[in-house]
Amino acid sequence: MGAKVVTITSGKGGVGKTTTTANLGVSLARLGKKVVVIDADIGLRNLDVIMGLENRIVYDLVDVVEGRSKLRQAMIKHKQFPDLYLIPAAQTRDKMAVSPTDMIQVADKLREEFQYILIDSPAGIERGYRNAVAPADEVLVVTNPEVSAVRDADRIIGLIEAENKGPGKLIINRLKPSMVKKGEMLSADDITDILGLKIIGIVPEDDYVIPASNSGVPVTLNPNSRAGIAFTNIARRITGEDVPLMKLEETGGIFNRIARLFGSGSSV
Amino acid sequence: MTSFLDRMFGRNKQGSGATAKDRLRFVLQYDRVNIAPEKMEEMKREILEVISKYVAIDSDRVDIALEQRDRDHSKIVAEIPFVGDSKKPRITTEETEGSVDDDTKETTDTDIDENSDNVEPVEETKSVED
Repeated sequence: MGAKVVTITSGKGGVGKTTTTANLGVSLARLGKKVVVIDADIGLRNLDVIMGLENRIVYDLVDVVEGRSKLRQAMIKHKQFPDLYLIPAAQTRDKMAVSPTDMIQVADKLREEFQYILIDSPAGIERGYRNAVAPADEVLVVTNPEVSAVRDADRIIGLIEAENKGPGKLIINRLKPSMVKKGEMLSADDITDILGLKIIGIVPEDDYVIPASNSGVPVTLNPNSRAGIAFTNIARRITGEDVPLMKLEETGGIFNRIARLFGSGSSV
Repeated sequence: MTSFLDRMFGRNKQGSGATAKDRLRFVLQYDRVNIAPEKMEEMKREILEVISKYVAIDSDRVDIALEQRDRDHSKIVAEIPFVGDSKKPRITTEETEGSVDDDTKETTDTDIDENSDNVEPVEETKSVED
């Protein structure tokens, strides 16, 4: 029972769950950990493309659950990191093809061999989400600094607590420090105030993210990317390392410092 | 929250970020207790109806609202002053279960929610529950 099972979920779609999962998987592997990432979004698989492994899929999670393939056969080894594997979702089936019990069994089989099992949850609060959360030791809730994403995150946080998987940790993705500074975006502090959840990472909006998914090379491998650094920091925090939240803007100016003194500094 | 400097430079207009926070606080209170705002209004009316059968209440100063310390601790806080003599005690009822908080109706420009409901003299109210 070595591995820690970490599920990445959000409630709302499109906030960056899959990007987060791919980047955390790669980051953990780069830190020398043995990692398997599982795409639990049956019917809408995407983790494979984000990781650049879409051409290698033969078997998938549903094949494993229904006994058509061994678990080992559905595990795709990452090109660059030999200790990183992907178990893809089925593309032609739906979420009912897998049950929460199936997911617990799959995770249990992987626990001995790996240190981290990351599960990419589908959006929503139905079966797919329940599948993804069932084996979790820890749940990461991804949200964006927008009313709809925060509201849905709140719903998910309630459900996670109801299933005794709480309290969960929060990832704020796509934050724009310049907008926060102008008062035109919820700040990280606002979001933690509202949701009452501890933050494990803040990922700034970053133009490197889309080119990274275009090419199937997670952005955390790009040393120039602020988002990439943020993902690496989250991975390190997952391993228990104490990494301070990164300062998301240049704070050198005297005005900024005075402003902070009076409480209007942007603590993102 | 408007800071000292904002006020000094006349930038006290609330940004949309603060509006988002206020709106989220409001909507989440109702989401969390799973009572729609209209249901809450209906309940308020019924509560006031019952009390009005026994005493004359000062409907202008009635304040019944959901209040929420955190996700798992919600309550309804009601302040229902009698009509006329302000020295008379007011009935204050509280219930646990589902609640949301009420600053939204009072103010939109502050988020000091600790004591924002004490706009009026309410010293003699008693909390039945804590």
